[in-house]
Amino acid sequence: MNITLNGSPETVTDGMTIAALLQDKGYGDKLVAVAVNGAFTPKSTREEQTLSDGDTVEIVAPMQGG
Amino acid sequence: MTPDTPLIIDDITLQSRLFLGTAGYPSPDILRQAIEASNPGLITVSLRRENAAGKGQDFWGIIKDMNVPVLPNTAGCFTAQEAITTAEMAREVFETNWIKLEVIGDDYLLNPDPFDLLKAAEALTNKGFNVFPYMTDDLILAQRLSDIGCKILMPWGAPIGSGKGLNNPYALQTMRDRFTGHTLVVDAGLGAPSHAAQAMEMGFDAVLLNTAVSKAADPVAMARAFAQATTAGRSAFRAGIIAPQSSARASTPMLDKPFWHQG
Repeated sequence: MNITLNGSPETVTDGMTIAALLQDKGYGDKLVAVAVNGAFTPKSTREEQTLSDGDTVEIVAPMQGG
Repeated sequence: MTPDTPLIIDDITLQSRLFLGTAGYPSPDILRQAIEASNPGLITVSLRRENAAGKGQDFWGIIKDMNVPVLPNTAGCFTAQEAITTAEMAREVFETNWIKLEVIGDDYLLNPDPFDLLKAAEALTNKGFNVFPYMTDDLILAQRLSDIGCKILMPWGAPIGSGKGLNNPYALQTMRDRFTGHTLVVDAGLGAPSHAAQAMEMGFDAVLLNTAVSKAADPVAMARAFAQATTAGRSAFRAGIIAPQSSARASTPMLDKPFWHQG
């Protein structure tokens, strides 16, 4: 299935969980937060929540800010 | 004069009344030195898309070691919903309920959008956040934000990064006078340390700035200068500044002046 990850198109396994996506894309051990289709997805739900075709995923991390 | 009381937010005692942004420094090491030189009460941070290389992880490593409270922002959000989601992500990553709520309404001047700001502030307050709203200096907006539970208000001095100082001292002074029980912070637009001193002399509880330090020729020295100006302004406010008047008043007493002729 196709998703948009941080603004770029990606093809991933059907029904993939968020935890699996993070692992697959190299974010497994990193301090990040996730939003799917504009909604915050808490860490506690990453193992259960699956992605659907067309989902938009944002993965963010700490950065400089004013 | 009795010693000054520190600024305390949610039981956290802040080390100073200077709040410093972490963006745009020439290098991570200069950022670290600027923080050390100015001893800020808190530092602001943000969330951005992470890449697989983990650039955000390195930044967080530096900040965590500084042991200064962090205030995450929602910079760049243009709608209440974007800001709410960003705040929720920030709470999880930074493990704090504090959020500098920025909802921008205009690309050119980066004006805060008061309408979506209020909407987002209410939603986040209901979710248990302590909202630090980046706002215009409008009194009614301040009242509405206060009504929905904001104890901290952060009116702008001038547009973000403009360095123009306090564009409307009258509005800021009025807000200070009307919201005596709130923690008031001038956020954005400061360029010179004298701007920070001016805000503190007016009785503001703190100042928040970034570009004035990070883009200075010597950011570390400028960070120190802002820290000194913030302290000086605060001391002056507590000492009681004289009221200006239009006529002269001799400071040297006339009594026993030589060549004085009575009548």
